[in-house]
Amino acid sequence: MDALPRHTGPGASLRQDSALKHATGEARFADDLPMPPSLLHAALVLSPVAHGRLAPIDLSPAFATPGVVAAIGPGDIPGRNDIAQPRRAQEHMLAEGLVEYWGQPLAIVVAETRDAALAAAAAVRPRIEPLRPVLSVEEALDAGSFLFPPMVMARGDAAAALAAAPRRLSGTFQANGQEHFYLEGQIALVVPGEDGELTVHSSTQNPTEVQVMVARVLGCDHNRISVQVRRMGGAFGGKESNASWVAACAAVAARRTGRPVKLRLGRKQDMAATGKRHPFLYRWQAGFDDTGRILALDATMAADGGHSVDLSGGVVFRSVTHGLNVIDVPDVTITGVACKTNTVSNTAFRGFGGPQGVLLMEDVTHGIARALGTTQEAVRERNLAGGENNAITPYGQALEGDLLRQVWAECRDGAEWDRRRAQVDAFNAGHEVVRRGLGSFLLAFGISFGIMSMNQAGALVHVYEDGSIRLNHGGTEMGQGLFIKIAQIVAGVFGVPVERVRITATSTAEVPNTAPTAASTGTDLNGWAAQIAASTIRTRMAEQAAADWGVTPDEVRFEEDEVFAGNHRTGFGELAHRCVQNRVSLSSTGFYKTPGIHWDPAAMKGEPFFYFSYGAAVAEVELDLLTGEHRLLRADMVQDCGRSLNPSVDRGQIEGAFVQGLGWLTCEELWWDAEGRLRTLGPSTYKIPGSRDVPPVFNVRLLEGAPARADTVFRSKAVGEPPLMLATAVWNALRDAAGADRLDLPATPERLLMAARAGRR
Amino acid sequence: MTAGPIAFTLNGTPRTLPPGTSPTMTLLDWLRGPAGLTGTKEGCAEGDCGACTVVIEEADGARVPVNACLTLLGQVHGRSLRSVEGLRGRDGGPHPVQSALAEADATQCGFCTPGIVMTAWAHAREGGDVHEALAGNLCRCTGYRPIVEAFGALRDDDTPPAAPPSAPPTRLEAPGQVFHRPATLDALVALRAAHPDAWLLAGGTDLGLRVSERREVPAEVICLSDVPELRGLEPTAVGIRIGAAESYRRLLDACSADLAFLPLAGLLRRLGSRQIRGMGTLGGNLGTASPIGDALPPLIALGATLRLAGLDGTREMAVEDFLTGYRTNALLPGEVIRDVFIPRPPEAALFAAEKLSKRPDQDISTVGLSAVITMEGGRVAWARIALGGTGPRAARCAPAEEALTGQSWSREAVEAAASALEAAITPLSDWRGSAEYRRIAAGNLLRRLWHRQAEAA
Repeated sequence: MDALPRHTGPGASLRQDSALKHATGEARFADDLPMPPSLLHAALVLSPVAHGRLAPIDLSPAFATPGVVAAIGPGDIPGRNDIAQPRRAQEHMLAEGLVEYWGQPLAIVVAETRDAALAAAAAVRPRIEPLRPVLSVEEALDAGSFLFPPMVMARGDAAAALAAAPRRLSGTFQANGQEHFYLEGQIALVVPGEDGELTVHSSTQNPTEVQVMVARVLGCDHNRISVQVRRMGGAFGGKESNASWVAACAAVAARRTGRPVKLRLGRKQDMAATGKRHPFLYRWQAGFDDTGRILALDATMAADGGHSVDLSGGVVFRSVTHGLNVIDVPDVTITGVACKTNTVSNTAFRGFGGPQGVLLMEDVTHGIARALGTTQEAVRERNLAGGENNAITPYGQALEGDLLRQVWAECRDGAEWDRRRAQVDAFNAGHEVVRRGLGSFLLAFGISFGIMSMNQAGALVHVYEDGSIRLNHGGTEMGQGLFIKIAQIVAGVFGVPVERVRITATSTAEVPNTAPTAASTGTDLNGWAAQIAASTIRTRMAEQAAADWGVTPDEVRFEEDEVFAGNHRTGFGELAHRCVQNRVSLSSTGFYKTPGIHWDPAAMKGEPFFYFSYGAAVAEVELDLLTGEHRLLRADMVQDCGRSLNPSVDRGQIEGAFVQGLGWLTCEELWWDAEGRLRTLGPSTYKIPGSRDVPPVFNVRLLEGAPARADTVFRSKAVGEPPLMLATAVWNALRDAAGADRLDLPATPERLLMAARAGRR
Repeated sequence: MTAGPIAFTLNGTPRTLPPGTSPTMTLLDWLRGPAGLTGTKEGCAEGDCGACTVVIEEADGARVPVNACLTLLGQVHGRSLRSVEGLRGRDGGPHPVQSALAEADATQCGFCTPGIVMTAWAHAREGGDVHEALAGNLCRCTGYRPIVEAFGALRDDDTPPAAPPSAPPTRLEAPGQVFHRPATLDALVALRAAHPDAWLLAGGTDLGLRVSERREVPAEVICLSDVPELRGLEPTAVGIRIGAAESYRRLLDACSADLAFLPLAGLLRRLGSRQIRGMGTLGGNLGTASPIGDALPPLIALGATLRLAGLDGTREMAVEDFLTGYRTNALLPGEVIRDVFIPRPPEAALFAAEKLSKRPDQDISTVGLSAVITMEGGRVAWARIALGGTGPRAARCAPAEEALTGQSWSREAVEAAASALEAAITPLSDWRGSAEYRRIAAGNLLRRLWHRQAEAA
């Protein structure tokens, strides 16, 4: 039997394009690039206090260290000392006059060696007159200290409906932040060229923003700055805006010295100086009836934005629009605020406010279930959007109630919910100090950037005379498998094996004005752009073949590395060669913008999402009531990926995101002392999940037979962020085991022990 | 002792480093810098993430993964090492371990992957629990499932270890630095007396942080690993004697093979990671005298003793007396810890070595509790209960011991002892846990012993 041609187009489970290079150590990250001659190393002087008046910084002590070449304070920045997002108030790259968080960059020291730069930076003694720091979101919320005006999403009259509701309940809880803990820390290598040109090798999700920030701090045209990124050693949102200022610092140092400069933050400096997931404080009041139907909700979700806006606007937008998640509430007001505190400016982190937003209704439904003596699942089902309830969100976009129900039913059945509920109850009846718990979660996550202009992408495809293909696009590879997925799309367009497609480093010189690779949109946006670019070239090639063969272009098919029409047939490479001989352009850009989305920020209404991604999970935990130690015994989940472009890559995203969510909700605890110093500055004190924390039974299923209803590329759906939220089932399972009303997050052994004791009193 | 260059075998090739190379440069900095081998990554520089894992090839064939970020060049003198670049298949292509991880989708961003590959290569020979093997390697992308699956199917490649170069114990020098590698106890004691401020380097898993993170350049280092009296492990009918500079790896092997010491083996499996246990030593844990040193409560509960060596000879002391306060001990100037004797718990005694931490694996103790309790005629004859993380030093809890002694082993007696324990301790609040949590949890660790016994009965 002839071997079937290996399918490498969309839908094939190909492995990450660099997998083997990762394993052999050949894959180069930014710090692995060959060192350019005369390379200098930069180090940062960070603020030793959380809040205070800063005297002009005296950098002369730095020069006592041999090998120091330059020391740079805010006054030495040639352009603007501003790393804020466009159209936002100024945010200093190097503090001036005021320090607003512990770990804030104050100055840059440049030396012949990294050790010399670090030693010299440590020798600088900033003079700071301390001011009282605001460290708690509660204090900032009660003082009304916000980074921007509250965002209020409302429908109906929540106050009146609350007053009229037969039963009422209120709650408050907190979810703390999360460090990205990308294994590769922030880094930039800046190499000066002619006429003020700089080549920037940055570990960034956002090459265009690096370009913009570098140009801004240098006061030069964007066309002088070329930013490249082949791959990141993890990012998770932590390199969406934070990579930009790291690169900008290195660029100022390179401009100042005229020599290549590398700035790599060590783990502790990275954790001190870069933003994290926003902690949230929740206060809610719900009205409901005896059937568990929720009639009214008034909730405040207060994000700890840290000292500056950064991306907090988008995070609060997403938390508010996801505040009801899959639940329909007729009369509702959700107020989202970003509180200003004297901590590092919190930033994007996988889910971007979504994970925090969807916690709200879990607390509400949990509370109502306890009040009514029923299950959280029953309350959720009673109020599920669509079906007998309204499918329209308070902001005006419809959820697909049928898909929600399908995902939940498949997950519930796959997890054998009823059998295991009985099993868990039986276990608990027979054990005094060990308890098991079962919990579930159902998600609707909107896909698109909240800022409409960001929903665009470009690609650049070349076909060479030999039929080899070079692919470039605006998306960045951080391990999520974007590059292989887009290569599969292009291979599919040309009907060639994916090996013909050369994947290349993202570069602002090749594809300009790009959006960050974020919000799960990397494939949706860049995949379409690459598809469009490749299709343009294929059309031209088809026209050439049609002219050669006397057929119409429609009749020309590209399959299995060959081109066919009727009885005619030629190799893909031969046709490429023929095109070049006949002066047919085999290069094209592609451009895509998401259609149909709109948003009115004043009214908080619109249809901001191209579509929703749905998912469900069931988790079973075991809790030691004496110590609060707990283990996740089993997790079952169903995730809607539309028609998956690469099921094994998608499965990897689901599993990895779930475990990252598990870490946020259980073991990962950021701990600041009373002076506002972060004391969990490395993996020895900040504990991300290890392999043993992964559930021994870990059943992941992609929803089958459900191509995206929106016109997505090959009817696939985004998968980067949504499954992180599926770990919310673990929170519910832990509360079930602990019998606790309130369980703040992360649910460390300590919080569980205390919650279980409170629950039993 | 003469000075000589640093010499070791890397990836099967003998390497002699240029004179003047700092013996306290970390192996990681050397690999990524002068050696130009960038496959080994820096993820944390504190020995926790495992991205810098390389493997020491022991002469007996053992493969010991270690963190290159904490390992100093002077420590690898005379040894044979392998980094990810040195791992190749028989055909010169990728090694089967590398292919296995790639094909299992066990890599996403790939930054942790070289370290995981090296851990996998060692695990293929050493075996054991997959999670125990992986405890020293963090992955932030995959969720570990594919890594664990790939580990489950690994096969040893049966290649013999590359031989280390002939590299006699020597003095390694660089401008402003001397790294002593004494080869006898006498030489060590004399050096210690002459250099009271020198770093005493056992495994370096704690001291190494001063180089990797704080970038210190010590003037004098005395490395203990060539001193025969400080190495080796001797299991006997009455207990285990272990050299102060012998690795936890060897202690764990010995405890795992001895029913009486299984509780200690269970604790040691949660002490650091394979990488840390490959280098870390009991002597280091004792010398550091941290209140949260994992190994200290079981040593105290078992009544372990140590021998201290100085110019005036050797003296013996109980571990509980050796620990004098917060990170202080009874070492006199010029003294070093020679070895530790861990007595076998009495037959039929209840021996437990409990540890609480935020994460089960590779985490520092929030609270540790170890107990040895013997029964006679249904009553507690005597009890030794030792705690860590509940005061300035690891120590016994006399009120709890007294509350148990002479009582029947009952819920009520244990409850009284746990209450006495809670009243007696003075824990602190920090990022690992509040004082209140530590107090309750410490008492509950004692209560849990009773519950476990009751359930087993």
